[in-house]
Amino acid sequence: MFDVGRSSFIFLTKMTSELFVQYLLAGITYGSIYAIVAIGFNIIYNTTGIINFAQGEFVMFGGMIAITLLQFMPLPLAIILAVILTMIIGAGIEICFIRWLKAPSVLRLVIITIGISILSREVAVHVWGESIRSLPYFVGNEITSISILGARISPQVLWVVAASGLMFICLGIFFKTTSVGREMRACASNRKAATLCGINTENMVTLSFVLSAGMGALAGCMMSPITYSQYDMGTGLAIKGFTVAILGGLGSSGGAVAAGLLLGVIEAFSVSVVPLAFQDAIAIAILLIILFIRPQGLFGSKEASALKEF
Amino acid sequence: MKKLLLILPLLACVIAIQVVCSSTDTLYYLTQMTMSAYYSLLIIGLCVLMGYAGQISLGHAGFFAIGGYISAGLTTHSLIPFKDNALVQFLDSSGLLLAGQTLYGEELLVVSPGLACAVAIIAAAVIAVFIGIPVLKLKGHYLAMATLGFGIIIYRVVLAVEYFGEADGISEVPAFPLFAGLSVSGSFGDRVSNYYIAWGILLLGLILLLNLIDSRVGRGLRGIHGSEEAADAMGVHTARFKLQTFVLSAVFAAVAGVFLTHYNGGIGPSEAGVMKSVRYVAIVAVGGMANLWGALLMGVVLNFLSLRGVFGSYDDAVFGLILIVIMLFAPNGILSISFRHRLMQLFGKGKQKRDGEA
Repeated sequence: MFDVGRSSFIFLTKMTSELFVQYLLAGITYGSIYAIVAIGFNIIYNTTGIINFAQGEFVMFGGMIAITLLQFMPLPLAIILAVILTMIIGAGIEICFIRWLKAPSVLRLVIITIGISILSREVAVHVWGESIRSLPYFVGNEITSISILGARISPQVLWVVAASGLMFICLGIFFKTTSVGREMRACASNRKAATLCGINTENMVTLSFVLSAGMGALAGCMMSPITYSQYDMGTGLAIKGFTVAILGGLGSSGGAVAAGLLLGVIEAFSVSVVPLAFQDAIAIAILLIILFIRPQGLFGSKEASALKEF
Repeated sequence: MKKLLLILPLLACVIAIQVVCSSTDTLYYLTQMTMSAYYSLLIIGLCVLMGYAGQISLGHAGFFAIGGYISAGLTTHSLIPFKDNALVQFLDSSGLLLAGQTLYGEELLVVSPGLACAVAIIAAAVIAVFIGIPVLKLKGHYLAMATLGFGIIIYRVVLAVEYFGEADGISEVPAFPLFAGLSVSGSFGDRVSNYYIAWGILLLGLILLLNLIDSRVGRGLRGIHGSEEAADAMGVHTARFKLQTFVLSAVFAAVAGVFLTHYNGGIGPSEAGVMKSVRYVAIVAVGGMANLWGALLMGVVLNFLSLRGVFGSYDDAVFGLILIVIMLFAPNGILSISFRHRLMQLFGKGKQKRDGEA
């Protein structure tokens, strides 16, 4: 954990510039994780119109599988294999539970994905138990730190931010330039028309689950040394990821990044005014407020949102 | 009225269970039946909200906890430090406070269970109104997430606030004396009477809801479930109907919370957890969404099995699995006609018929 950022009640007025940078960096780290979870929501939402309530469980699976595999192989290999396995789980979930439903109602899909989320958590608790685990730091250990603008941070923070940024860029390139990426976008903008053009939309939906599971898993591995992994970490992350996805405008990746960083920074600074126990409540309060006053998100347009079902 | 006559066989069953349990000396089953009855009270309230009005709520454990925790807090925390407060003095002089002694012989002054119950239920209703007005404008995923968020906030609050006992919850909640010597408490002597109190409250709630769904309001709600726009166009005041149902189901949850807390003599944060809310939704779904009898039956059966520990450490997994399986194969519940038809097809009967038609 970020000890300095979470130590106690330090009011903003007393904040030194080092402390300010410290909070800011903590916020950016958490924010980039939230952004990745939110982009995972967006990928699935775009191709299917489903909000996958089990998104947080992908993150949990990524971290937990990597920790288990680490006993048998070096760290980079364990992470790669964990991501691939989580992708397979994602594909399996889509094929077993969603692919063959004919025109299911939203309520039905919501309940099914909630069921999947609970079942995943229960599988995790029976496989890995309730203990809190973590991957080792990729470079150095708990006390290694580097200095940025007077603030001291763990090098792992750089890994998280770099991996998130890289994922974001790669995803952009994938959607813009490759033919599969273009087919997925076609599926997102109009599923019927895409089917008429000969695109196998069902496979595109499966692919979207695979992609978002992979992203979640990678985020889970990157954050594991700092935030630890536990079987029930999914729900909290899913709520925060969803908050970010809504805040940035559902379906927009750029918006998700901006909103993710915003939420991360708000949360990081809020520890100086709100007790730690209520920290989760801040994200939820933001979610409720944004749903009530601007459901199209901070950056979304009103016209586009009129077409969606809020 | 004809529908209400169905209550009579149910009443007969309730009495039969008590007689059998009493005569075979297995009264401990009644304890779980009593608890199941209170949980089922929440579930039939949620059933009207989800099945008839079509609004999902993943925050009903929150309302249960609001009811239980407020009642528990008011009846256990002593008001002695605030003795000089005008409000406390006024309540004391109007007989709404109870004086007593703690285990260590200290003076104790607490709110009487009747007033605490009223405060808890009013609090739940007021919170439901304030949450419901903005939340019920949302649909589908957004409504689910918003109510889930509300549930998590309540969970966080009871975990973090010292008044609510943080992770330990509140224990040693006193009995709730009703009328004529009856009281809601967990003592062994009151087991049979409490069984009837719980089922009496549940049946009362059921009659109320059965009447409601058969009324003009009930038809309006079903209209909202079918198509909100169409219902609006037909002159149904959709926003008000949805809010009223939301508040009604929140009150049902709070009543269940109050009574179960007094019956158990305590409440812990797990009652406010997300898994509880999901479990209630699962039970409503199994019962067939818009089917009060199904919700009641499944509420009693599944809660009873869960409380007896039949599912062991797979308790939550069972409810998750139920949720998925029901939604995949029988979205109208396992009592629905289409599901029975499907089952028949599966086992060959329906298949022959089809071949014959071809």
